[in-house]
Amino acid sequence: MLIRYLSQIGRYFLMIAEIFKKPTKWSVMRTLIFKEIDDLIIGSLGIVAFISFFVGGVVAIQTALNLTNPLIPKYLIGFATRQSIILEFAPTFISIIMAGKMGSFITSSIGTMRVTEQIDALEVMGVNSLNYLVFPKLIALLLYPFLIGIAMFLGVLGGYIASVYGGFGSSAEFIDGLQKEFIPFHITYAFIKTLIFALILATIPSFHGYYMKGGALEVGKASTVSFVWTSVMIILMNYILTQLLLT
Amino acid sequence: MIEVKNIEKSFGESKVLKGVSTVFETGKTNLIIGQSGSGKTVLLKSLLGIHSPEVGTISFDGRIYSELSADEKRELRTEIGMVFQGSALFDSMTVEENVGFPLKMFTQNSKSEIQDRVDFVLKRVNLIDAHKKLPSEISGGMQKRVAIARAIVNNPKYLFCDEPNSGLDPNTAILIDNLIGEITEEYNITTVINTHDMNSVMEIGQNILFLKNGLKAWQGTKEEIFRTDNEAVVDFVYSSELFKKVRQAVLSEKA
Repeated sequence: MLIRYLSQIGRYFLMIAEIFKKPTKWSVMRTLIFKEIDDLIIGSLGIVAFISFFVGGVVAIQTALNLTNPLIPKYLIGFATRQSIILEFAPTFISIIMAGKMGSFITSSIGTMRVTEQIDALEVMGVNSLNYLVFPKLIALLLYPFLIGIAMFLGVLGGYIASVYGGFGSSAEFIDGLQKEFIPFHITYAFIKTLIFALILATIPSFHGYYMKGGALEVGKASTVSFVWTSVMIILMNYILTQLLLT
Repeated sequence: MIEVKNIEKSFGESKVLKGVSTVFETGKTNLIIGQSGSGKTVLLKSLLGIHSPEVGTISFDGRIYSELSADEKRELRTEIGMVFQGSALFDSMTVEENVGFPLKMFTQNSKSEIQDRVDFVLKRVNLIDAHKKLPSEISGGMQKRVAIARAIVNNPKYLFCDEPNSGLDPNTAILIDNLIGEITEEYNITTVINTHDMNSVMEIGQNILFLKNGLKAWQGTKEEIFRTDNEAVVDFVYSSELFKKVRQAVLSEKA
């Protein structure tokens, strides 16, 4: 069992090295990168915006409802919303959702290419299939922080609207809370995490799709396994990075 | 010409190829036949470089594959066209994008040169109105023709086909067989076809290699296959009633 896991980890790192070998012609790669940006980043904007806005609102309402002591200032609603959204919700929670959305898309599309011999076709032609399939995803996901930036903005906006128009506090109090004890490094920390999660989101689902064996049923199984491992790695890296960067 | 010398290939404990030697000739349709599990696919994948044999050599016009550098192997692969059993067309690309793919990847041709060549090969495989269609929008027979067009678009020296007419109706299967045969002669390509379809053997079998249990059991032409006394070949070929009758007719003609 342990040896199997170690061998899979070794295979994963060998795959990463292989991605950068024998690059595909730039004119072809450029088109692939734009296609992946469209599929992975632009295609995720809607769901990220929707979830961020409403979760931001819920965070604000939950915080407000727990401020039962009249001595606790109302600006804490804005403060708690900002901290929750920037530190954890936008980078980590959205990444786990993306492990389901982007991750299963990546695994199933590469897995289907494996099952239908399209990857063999690339290899037989002399194309480095890992570079052709995974490298554009990796480059496209360098724009992932942009998606998380939007999630941060909309999460805070959702909190503001829920707080002000829900009658939990005034606009001035919420904005005051947003500005209180703001540490700019928290933004840097969130984006460092985001970039590491982007790497995980591009490579772990690709690994599970690329090395899968079997037929259509196994493509589904590979997508599930890929989601589980991507989420586990995101949570584990979140812990490690928080320990390293914030303590 | 492809020369295979004494190749052996195992998967774990199981030895699939047990020392196969043969020659696949240029300008001829070379067929590999045999029952399921006889090693046909492993031999074909070894020729393609997907499997590496533990023993023996495969040489392409004198170039021994295992002795080539990574760059030379890559260069050699651009001389290979492959038609997969399930066509293996890229499902996100249109028919013309699929066919033009090897040119886009490996040549410095301009867009219009690529388009001209794509139009030419699609016309050659009798596909005129399917340029803009996706593989999912065309029939199995048309997909096979697109796969053949993609395989020959970059003027390959070697053409490999894995069960090219599986899943096709008899008429379409004959059309595909004949198309491969014509292209082989027209472009003087070394064509290797993996099949267990006796109709293909009868249509285009110019050099037939019969594998049994990972060994070469027989080699000859389609004319010779009906006259051979090799027990393994006779068992395989005459498993169908139709071919039993053909053999009787041939033998009585001979007598």
